Amino acid sequence: SPAMELPPSHFPAARAAAVAVGYLRYLRGGPGRGLELRELRRARRQDIDDVGHKYYLELELEDVLDKDRRVSCTAEVLYHLGSTSCAPEVQVTVQGELRSTEEADQEFYNRIRSLEKELVAENIPDSHGNVPPELEPLHLLAWVASGYVIWQNSTENTKFHLAQVKHVKQVKRNDEDLQFDYVLLLHEMVSQEVLPWQVTVLWHPQHGARVSQ
Amino acid sequence: MKLLVLLAALVAVATCTETFVGHQVLRVIPRSHEELHKVQELQHLEHLQLDFWLAPRGLGVPVDIRVPFPSLQAVKAHLEAAGVSYSIMIEDVQALLDEEQLEMLRSSRQLPLDTDTFNYETYHTIDEIYAFLDLLVAENPNLVSKLEIGRSTEDRPLYVLKFSTGGSNRPAVWIDTGIHSREWVTQASGVWFAKKIVQDHANNEGVASILKTMDIFLEIVTNPDGFAFTHSTNRLWRKTRSRHAGSICVGVDPNRNWDAGFGDAGASGNSCSETYHGPYPNSEPEVKSIVDFVKSHGNIKAFISIHSYSQLLLYPYGYTSTPAPDHQELDELAAKAVAALSSLYGTKFEYGSIITTIYRASGSTVDWTYNQGIKYSFTFELRDTGRYGFLLPAKQIVPTAQETWLALKVIMEHARDNSD
Repeated sequence: SPAMELPPSHFPAARAAAVAVGYLRYLRGGPGRGLELRELRRARRQDIDDVGHKYYLELELEDVLDKDRRVSCTAEVLYHLGSTSCAPEVQVTVQGELRSTEEADQEFYNRIRSLEKELVAENIPDSHGNVPPELEPLHLLAWVASGYVIWQNSTENTKFHLAQVKHVKQVKRNDEDLQFDYVLLLHEMVSQEVLPWQVTVLWHPQHGARVSQ
Repeated sequence: MKLLVLLAALVAVATCTETFVGHQVLRVIPRSHEELHKVQELQHLEHLQLDFWLAPRGLGVPVDIRVPFPSLQAVKAHLEAAGVSYSIMIEDVQALLDEEQLEMLRSSRQLPLDTDTFNYETYHTIDEIYAFLDLLVAENPNLVSKLEIGRSTEDRPLYVLKFSTGGSNRPAVWIDTGIHSREWVTQASGVWFAKKIVQDHANNEGVASILKTMDIFLEIVTNPDGFAFTHSTNRLWRKTRSRHAGSICVGVDPNRNWDAGFGDAGASGNSCSETYHGPYPNSEPEVKSIVDFVKSHGNIKAFISIHSYSQLLLYPYGYTSTPAPDHQELDELAAKAVAALSSLYGTKFEYGSIITTIYRASGSTVDWTYNQGIKYSFTFELRDTGRYGFLLPAKQIVPTAQETWLALKVIMEHARDNSD
């Protein structure tokens, strides 16, 4: 059946947008880049017989560390029928360039590698919404991790946001990767539940992030 | 500020003749006329050589007394015999002067002396907000009064501020914040709204015109047990703290506990759920107290319940997809309110009925108030859209309150101009 226009202001479209943003954070985010949704410009939904529901989205994002630049994307989010068991399929196309994070990434990498004691932190942001500047890269890496979890665990009837990084612990490794074990608190809008999630993130400036739940 | 001036004066004196070794500064907040009288008695006992930094002004307002060492025992005995509680603000005035710790008094954790020195740009505890209520009333006795409309499950008072320039049972606007305790920007905005109403009235601008013919009721800490819990134990606690027979878990969602589609789809029957509707409508004293208040008042024209986050302005219904009879007018009013909000900082809000915009929710506040005949029933979801969510940075409190206030004024003015 043909695609139906959806009001972008309403939650059914917003849920699909949250999945697309999660996926994009996982793919393109890092300690030097955090992508945030500025506006959902347009949303359409197509019901595909025997397959599922596919959302076509036009999004405007921003890099929180490069706010003056507008990043436009298109995304397709396919929720499979009976979709509680498998992750939605997502495709995203980013128009234009994102600001390079090479320098910031390398600096973060060197800083963490040079720590004598493994880094440990909790409650990011704290109760008052504060994030100490030296923890911001870990906060943004948590967005990468939560992006992955949100993409993998969303259904058409859920809308997840990262509520807080409850705990993060660095684990020193013999290879070149940095490892961080996170306990994330995810807020699900429809049920209003706050769900703790343990995630391990491996990260390297050239290899990007790998996430395991 | 006054404390600093006084201390500076003491420094000047101390360098001449006097010493303040062992002197203490006691703070008393009289809670009854008996207590106030007891404190005032001290002013006449000249042999005690008391120095009132803050003289007795009224109930709920701090009295600060510098007590010379030789008089300490007598003063404390006088207060204790009457059951008047006091706190020791400065243990040894001389030590303070010696250490030149005038800066200690600048600490933001000192009790503010008045609502002008209160810090609106930070989050506060329930005690701090309750003290603020008393200060506001004491400073504006002809405009503001504090009503206790009930007590919470854990027996905390449920306070509502009434702003009124007179009349008898005037048509009124109701605003509540903090019904979901983790939504901290809402209680903080409520504190700002209270001060704003008083300021507008003093300057004869803004809502001063509304106050000519309407009263405003403002409940800032609508869920005090939950709020205390977010400070002491779990910052992300949402519900009340009630324990019902047969329930494994604690707490009921106070925004699913109202008698409008109660128990229908859009709430949970599981006590461990964040949207648990409770064993029956109005089972929560936090909800029942408002229900009783609204019914006995009988003349509320606009009812606005404030939440966070998502940046939405919502009107009924949440429990049914049948459009509310007034949905067209409410939609147009919401559009106007949202435009006003956005005009300040460009913050984008969406609007619509609860069920079409956000999700199905049964037993919600404004569905009940609307069905009671309060046409202008709205729910706000304030900043942000998920970047910080419930943990909104404190520096966004005032901008959030300022922009939201513009939307509230649009709704209040429309209610005033369209009520019979």
